[in-house]
Amino acid sequence: MRLPWSRRDRPRRAPPPVEPLTASALTWLLAALALAVAPQATELSVWLSVLFAALVGWRGFIVFRNRALPPRWLLLLVATLAGAGVMIDHRTLFGRDAGVALLTAMTACKLLESRGLRDGVVLVFLGYLLVMSNLLYSQDIPLVTYLLAVILVMLTAQVLIHRQHAGLTALAPLRLTGRMVLLAIPVMLILFVLFPRIPGPLWGLPKDAYKGRTGLSEQMAPGSVSELIRSDAVAFRVRFADAVPPSNQRYWRGPVLWHFDGRRWTRPEEPPVKTPIPFTPEGAAVDYAVVLEPSNRNWLFALDLPARLPPRAGMTPSFQLLRDQPVNEVYRYEMRSYPAYRTAEPTAMERSRGLQLPPRANPRARALVAEWRQRDPQPEALVRSALTLFREQPFYYTLNPPELGGEIVDDFLFRTRRGFCEHYASAFVFLMRAGGVPARVVLGYQGGEMNALGGYLMVRQSDAHAWAEVWLEGRGWVRVDPTGAVAPNRVQQGLYAALSDSRLLPFLARHGGDSEWLRQLALGWDILNNSWNEWVLAYGPERQKEFLSGLGFGPADWTGMTVAMLIALGGFGVLYAGWRWRSRLARDPVARAWQRFCARLARRGLARGAAEGPLDFAGRVAAGRPELAAGVWEIARLYAALRYGPVAPPEQVRQLRQLTRRFRA
Amino acid sequence: MRGQRPSAEPIRLTRRRIYILPTGQGYAFATLLFLLFLWSINYSNSMGFAFTFLLAAVALNSMWQAHDNLLGLIVDSSGAEPVFAGQEARFAFRVENPDPRPRYGIALQWRDQPPRHTDLPASGAAVVTLTVLAERRGWLRTGRVRVLTRYPLGLLQAWSWVEFERACLVYPQPRGRRPLPAALSGGAGAGLGDQGFGSEDYAGFRLYAPGDSPRRIAWKAATRGGPLLVKQFTDQVRPELWLDWRLLGIDSVEPRLAQLCQWVLKAEGEGRRYGLLLPGARIAPGRGDAHRRRCLEALALFTYAEDVSHRHETAVEPEGPTKTRAAAG
Repeated sequence: MRLPWSRRDRPRRAPPPVEPLTASALTWLLAALALAVAPQATELSVWLSVLFAALVGWRGFIVFRNRALPPRWLLLLVATLAGAGVMIDHRTLFGRDAGVALLTAMTACKLLESRGLRDGVVLVFLGYLLVMSNLLYSQDIPLVTYLLAVILVMLTAQVLIHRQHAGLTALAPLRLTGRMVLLAIPVMLILFVLFPRIPGPLWGLPKDAYKGRTGLSEQMAPGSVSELIRSDAVAFRVRFADAVPPSNQRYWRGPVLWHFDGRRWTRPEEPPVKTPIPFTPEGAAVDYAVVLEPSNRNWLFALDLPARLPPRAGMTPSFQLLRDQPVNEVYRYEMRSYPAYRTAEPTAMERSRGLQLPPRANPRARALVAEWRQRDPQPEALVRSALTLFREQPFYYTLNPPELGGEIVDDFLFRTRRGFCEHYASAFVFLMRAGGVPARVVLGYQGGEMNALGGYLMVRQSDAHAWAEVWLEGRGWVRVDPTGAVAPNRVQQGLYAALSDSRLLPFLARHGGDSEWLRQLALGWDILNNSWNEWVLAYGPERQKEFLSGLGFGPADWTGMTVAMLIALGGFGVLYAGWRWRSRLARDPVARAWQRFCARLARRGLARGAAEGPLDFAGRVAAGRPELAAGVWEIARLYAALRYGPVAPPEQVRQLRQLTRRFRA
Repeated sequence: MRGQRPSAEPIRLTRRRIYILPTGQGYAFATLLFLLFLWSINYSNSMGFAFTFLLAAVALNSMWQAHDNLLGLIVDSSGAEPVFAGQEARFAFRVENPDPRPRYGIALQWRDQPPRHTDLPASGAAVVTLTVLAERRGWLRTGRVRVLTRYPLGLLQAWSWVEFERACLVYPQPRGRRPLPAALSGGAGAGLGDQGFGSEDYAGFRLYAPGDSPRRIAWKAATRGGPLLVKQFTDQVRPELWLDWRLLGIDSVEPRLAQLCQWVLKAEGEGRRYGLLLPGARIAPGRGDAHRRRCLEALALFTYAEDVSHRHETAVEPEGPTKTRAAAG
């Protein structure tokens, strides 16, 4: 017979059993993951969104119906197919979109093999990555608030994973994580403000990292600007130090286009220099700060003509500001411009570039210019003739111009005569060059809308504009806006005033009407967004230095920031510890009773020293006030026993409370 | 230092006794945060920084939470029932939460065994049982037991060591093939150890104890789902048995004790009166649980003053170390 204790019968030590995921932990985890992926549901391919939802649903079904997990081969099959699907969709597994898609697919597959605590933890970590991946697409206030809530749910799931044996409510961990997040926020703020920031990127970003951002392109063809007009996204916001210049002086200079191939204008390679290009100001300076939205372009916008350089930026000879890195975060910079100016002589190369034209193109336009020159060969006269042409002939300013074919300048000038700013700028520069006047196209934004409540100017994508510059003897490069000749309202009051068919405009670019109140509401919301951009999203290495130096502790450097950060964290830690001490005291009847006792003695001039133990204190009191000795000794002994003894029996606690309540000094 | 000595009293987990360190998961989480931080730099993503810092701050805060989760707990050991060597001793620990807030995910761990978890309601207590394999007879102590928690996030483990004086008595492992010795006095020629013979009178049931003959188990009652019961018989006729150490002269100490232990169980199971004779100890014949326990205790705690020849003998024994230790103690 084999006895139960015989050696052979003893079970071999098994590997530690898998601690299973409880149903409540899995439910919270599934909810958190679904919430984390939800904002991207539209960005992801349809099949992937469906797959994710299906696998989350399947896992939920398995939990609630207590079914078995799918076999391993099925899981491998699904994972392989999903990986292949991502590969087919994106032609790569790297890069932003493919990376996020792959992360989503693999998280979904991991769900189906998650049974133990460790799997749950892996899923939570993947969940944090998924939450963060949303920030690649947007960082606006609603999304960030939403993601904060998702983090809360994810943390709760993480807590539930580790509370394997609880039969209590699921709300307790939610309350706990809520409190933890609330306590974490001050620490986060300290780190956010003071952690020394390093300018990125550290390594190459995937090509599609910032795909899908709207903004000016570096070339101009018929229709390229009017495409942009349909977006009412804010391009940048400006806060002026003093008076706001009038609308017709608010030309926000962007890429300068020199080269014309008969259809499109392009920007030549112009190496930026690290000092502002000199010119002669004629009048007062305008100081302002720009908060630029991410554009995935290098260019920074400034009023004509910029006279200083933001950090890590340069200026081309044609006064265009270029940042070293593309602007992929909200970027704030301070600028100074001179609205009235005189520039120097163009170099030989600028002159030849400023006269470049495709040979023999647009003969009718050339003939027209030749005719004007015979009348008056002065460059000023040519400018006047061209503007007169636009003003007096039946030219129309419209968002919906007819298609141009063949020789586009001729076709526009003599046939369609309907166009948007790029048509007028293009035709005007062509005419000037044909007449021997150096000219160039400037892309940028014009005007912008004041947010009166917020005291700043909003420049939207719908304010995109193209204008011309001609070189005139003695004055240098002079801005000429041919659109202004056709539609003076465009320049003075903005796009809405200039267009008759305003229904084509995006909602926020329209004025008046029934929905004006809604527009006002939107302006209020924009104020919030502006502060968010200016103070939070634009808080990078430069803004950090600027902000911290502005606090009056001298110039902020790496070490100073680290020291300040550690001091602030330590200070917060001390505050928190103090608060915990107080609240524990409030909960602890023994400590409270002792405090009451000490307070009574203190009122009689017998204050306990900070480092004085209960028995030392009692000895001192007994020596000074022999009539109290018995009571004091009893309380002190009981307190010492309760405080420093192993366990506090409730009846002794009650006794201490009664003694201290009755004690009279 | 308090806490280093085994304690006879309940232990309150104070600030000075609680240690805290990141777990494997904690290190993985730190790596994740570092990656997210690099990612935020690379993409100049302001909210990336904010969320990374937030998660770091939450992880930092969970350190306080884990510490608080243990602080003030009162742990006491209520010992363990005696077992036979080779069996698992079940040590019961009472963990009391003196605070008016519940505590979750408290665990006790013995050496590298998987921790046993429990939750403590507000101002409540729970009993956690740790099983320890009783390798050899004598007093078995758990040594240091770890009270730990990974609550709330599993990133950090706070722990404290507790050690109690309470021990578990381990009887020798009942083993041996020898029949019960013959009775020394009186009787009708029976007592040859053949179980099941004789004209015993049925006297009732008692609970099954290890060593009882399977033939005496009330299988009928057991099939009805009740506890395992053993039929008891009285046998006035049978003589007293002396379970004598000297009868096993050829064996070394531990096998002798094992055989004596088995005899005690067998004799008790057969309902006979038996006495125990050990060098330096004599237990007068008797019967019943208390008597049986006395005999087993004597066997469990028996120390034998060996002479040189015995020690030489033990050197070739497979269970040598056990015995040398028993002898030394």
